[in-house]
Amino acid sequence: MKFGILINEGPYTHQASDSAYQFTKAALEKGHEIYRVFFYHDGVNNGTRLSVPPQDERNIQNNWTELAEQHDLDLVVCVAAAQRRGILDESEAKRAGKDADNIAPGFRISGLGQLIETGIESDRVVAFGD
Amino acid sequence: MTTQEELPGASGTKRFLYVNRRAPYGTIYALESLEVVLIGAAFDQDVSLAFFDDGVYQIVKGQDTKGIGMKNFSPTYRALGDYEVTKLYVEKEALEERGLSPDDLMDITYEDEDDDWAEKPSIRIVSRSEMTEIMAAQDVILSF
Repeated sequence: MKFGILINEGPYTHQASDSAYQFTKAALEKGHEIYRVFFYHDGVNNGTRLSVPPQDERNIQNNWTELAEQHDLDLVVCVAAAQRRGILDESEAKRAGKDADNIAPGFRISGLGQLIETGIESDRVVAFGD
Repeated sequence: MTTQEELPGASGTKRFLYVNRRAPYGTIYALESLEVVLIGAAFDQDVSLAFFDDGVYQIVKGQDTKGIGMKNFSPTYRALGDYEVTKLYVEKEALEERGLSPDDLMDITYEDEDDDWAEKPSIRIVSRSEMTEIMAAQDVILSF
């Protein structure tokens, strides 16, 4: 089956991103396809490379980045939600006149149309977050 | 008889339902849900919105946000008809539980191109059990 994944909450405060990661990993191990993972609302905060959690804790951003590398996942952060919350890639940072960007490897910033497309192209969209 | 009604996706379109369950202010979910609806309108899908729980407050008329320093985005709901988003299902019980009636809701309308552009109400009051049927008939449900 082809799954689309939607993550609506940021890391650590909510378990949503962890649950989505476990689900995505399990689905891939079972031979399912992940069409795209879309990060919305505070979920965009999963895509910063500047988080530094304690070393004996899971690193949620690293988990996603590594999973994306292993399985060629498409991790998309909503641009409008990201701009509000200070998640920027190089070109967005330049355009907004900011002195830094913080998007993590494996993530890309794009529009909400990517979420709609995920709904159209996937057999199921599974949303995480409350 | 097979109709497009029974075979969602057969014509290449899917039924999208956006579920609104939260008050318009206090969290950003209502505003960012509306942003998805507006972007999604460009994709020529079969779009509906559902309002229940505190989500019914999103379309109450006379919203005034001056005191909380937030942008009043409620006029945007009235523009949905221009985006061909014309089905706003509002749960009757959710209104009643909050002491609201359909008269408390904004006049949200659309122009029906199949009926000489007659202006028609987009808001449809449905019962809780009707809402479950509406939800069961969807291909994609996005609940914010």
